[in-house]
Amino acid sequence: MIVGGGRWLLALGALALVLLWAFGAGKFQVAPPELLRALAVRLWGAELDVSPAVQTVLWQIRLPRVLAGLLVGAALAAAGAAYQGMFRNPLVSPDILGVSAGAGLGAVLGIYLGQPMAVVQALAFGGGLLAVAAVLGIAALVRRHDPVLVLVLSGVAVGALLGAGISLLKILADPNTQLPSITFWLLGGLSAVTAADLAATAPALLAGLVPLALLRWRINLLGLPDDEAQALGVRVARLRLVLVLAATLATAAAVSLTGIIGWVGLVVPHVARLWVGPQFGRLLPAALLLGGGFLVAADTLARTVAPIELPLGLVTALVGAPFFLWVLARPGHE
Amino acid sequence: MMRRRAWLQAAGALACSGLWDGARAQAAGEDGVVVGRFGSQPAPQQVRRVFAAGPPAAVLVAALAPEKLLGWPWPLSDAARAWLGEPLRSLPHTGRLAGRGSTVPLESLLQWQPDLIVDAGTADASYLSTMRRTSEQTGLPTLLIQGRIAEHGAQLRAVGRLLGVAERGAALAAQADAAVALAEAVRASVPLARRPRVYYGRGSDGLETGLAGAINLELLEFCAGRNVAAQAGSGSLTRVSLEQVLAWDPEVIVTQDAAFARRALADPLWRSISAVRQRRVHCAPVLPFGWLDGPPGVNRLLGLRWLLQRLHPGHPALAALPPWPQALAQFYRSFYRLEQPPAPWPSLLAED
Repeated sequence: MIVGGGRWLLALGALALVLLWAFGAGKFQVAPPELLRALAVRLWGAELDVSPAVQTVLWQIRLPRVLAGLLVGAALAAAGAAYQGMFRNPLVSPDILGVSAGAGLGAVLGIYLGQPMAVVQALAFGGGLLAVAAVLGIAALVRRHDPVLVLVLSGVAVGALLGAGISLLKILADPNTQLPSITFWLLGGLSAVTAADLAATAPALLAGLVPLALLRWRINLLGLPDDEAQALGVRVARLRLVLVLAATLATAAAVSLTGIIGWVGLVVPHVARLWVGPQFGRLLPAALLLGGGFLVAADTLARTVAPIELPLGLVTALVGAPFFLWVLARPGHE
Repeated sequence: MMRRRAWLQAAGALACSGLWDGARAQAAGEDGVVVGRFGSQPAPQQVRRVFAAGPPAAVLVAALAPEKLLGWPWPLSDAARAWLGEPLRSLPHTGRLAGRGSTVPLESLLQWQPDLIVDAGTADASYLSTMRRTSEQTGLPTLLIQGRIAEHGAQLRAVGRLLGVAERGAALAAQADAAVALAEAVRASVPLARRPRVYYGRGSDGLETGLAGAINLELLEFCAGRNVAAQAGSGSLTRVSLEQVLAWDPEVIVTQDAAFARRALADPLWRSISAVRQRRVHCAPVLPFGWLDGPPGVNRLLGLRWLLQRLHPGHPALAALPPWPQALAQFYRSFYRLEQPPAPWPSLLAED
């Protein structure tokens, strides 16, 4: 596979276009000249006449939303790529270890108890981390089987358990007020993201992404059987733990900000692999770029194509699932 | 009447499809609000125990015949119970009956042996068939009532008769009719173009709302307001973005969520909205039941007056109303059997 610098430049250019489109489009009509004036006022302190409502829409609502989409998409795709490499399985997504189910249960509990949005987000974040901690704890106790298999299976079981908890709270919730909120949260979306939310979540997101970036050349080695990797001097168990923690931190932060958004972590790594090949050192930046761009584009569609706001998870599934099937059915694809 | 015609069409379709066979149902009797009766119906004076299938029905039965209500279909908070009189305050949580979404075990229902199961809500074909199946499966008689806000008077009269408390039903219906007439008077006097544009925010971030026709927002149009979200189409609840709300720029914001009301007034992001600049952000009381919705039942009758005052302050039709404490004492006594409020009446309106 030839990866010239030109292709990266092309991808960055495409991302820039997507960001520009996302920033310019929305329910609040901002004419292009006014958009340019607002940019001039903000970036160069030009003294031009721009209405305060437009300023609020552009800088306080749209910009945090676009940035959140970029970060969350990048984080989900990177975590997905890391998990797929780590588990030597192209079908895993970042929520394989129960992080989404844990975050979902945390958030649903917060809504059920009538907590404000900030508390709901904190509970979602904590719930996601706790779920994965439980999975890791269980996997550490079971030593008779292949550690990767044990990890995945306990993730599935814990996820199912937490899903049952979500169902229970849905049944108990007030059907007139809480149940719609719970449903909307579980559908995922960026509509409520503010700059403060973004500032609170970004550190955790980055704290998860940085170790992935630093260790990106070693993740390839986890694709080998454990004993071969060990023979090459890799401390497999420890590396795997660090990666799981980093990917979980990023995913939990992303999910606490946006609710559950499927398909990004599953599909984007595949596209990235088609584009730059399976070497994780190149795969990770490609996944970050594509994931961020894809989610920003999906969110822009979600907030512009219909008169109402479509749930983001719905858009990613509508785009992601058919694409995934296409990749699966492509002749000559391994 | 449009609604009755729609109902008859639905009934006709059901009859043609054969679903209707065997069900002893009578269509559109009792003022048009009784839309389905299945199983062998008891004589009114024999109805002693009533199971309410869902929240609107429970509030209806609680107002009419509190001593006959078996329990609440959803768990009431202690704060809500404090604003109910006995025996309503100490009734247990029974669970709701709603087809696959039911939380009441059918066997418990059989153990309680209610004389009648009452449900109130939008009467579509799936709703009707659920009630019919329940009746066939358990052998218990069911009664399905429909009713939007304008029909609460008819509901109270019809169900009052069927539960053997016709006089009480008539007395409560008179109150309902008065509230509805007040709204109709205001509506008749304010032309469409002069009605305030209202955003109804739900959820703690206030970014859930209802489209045109959503039963949760029925009061807005009924009280001569214009739902800004109706521009986005019709349907039920939906999520919107703050950007969308800014684009709508509503003149009034109403909510039942105190956290959202405080946030809308304090958060700089909401500041450029007309309603926030004019301090026309209003939070309706929710105890024991929501005044605007939640559930969409007779509990909303107080919300009519409240919303009219918020949307049309100084309207001449509102001038002669009794002061709030007096109106509250009267409504809570007659609908909720509350004699002694747990806190002074004005505290109910404190979040507004």
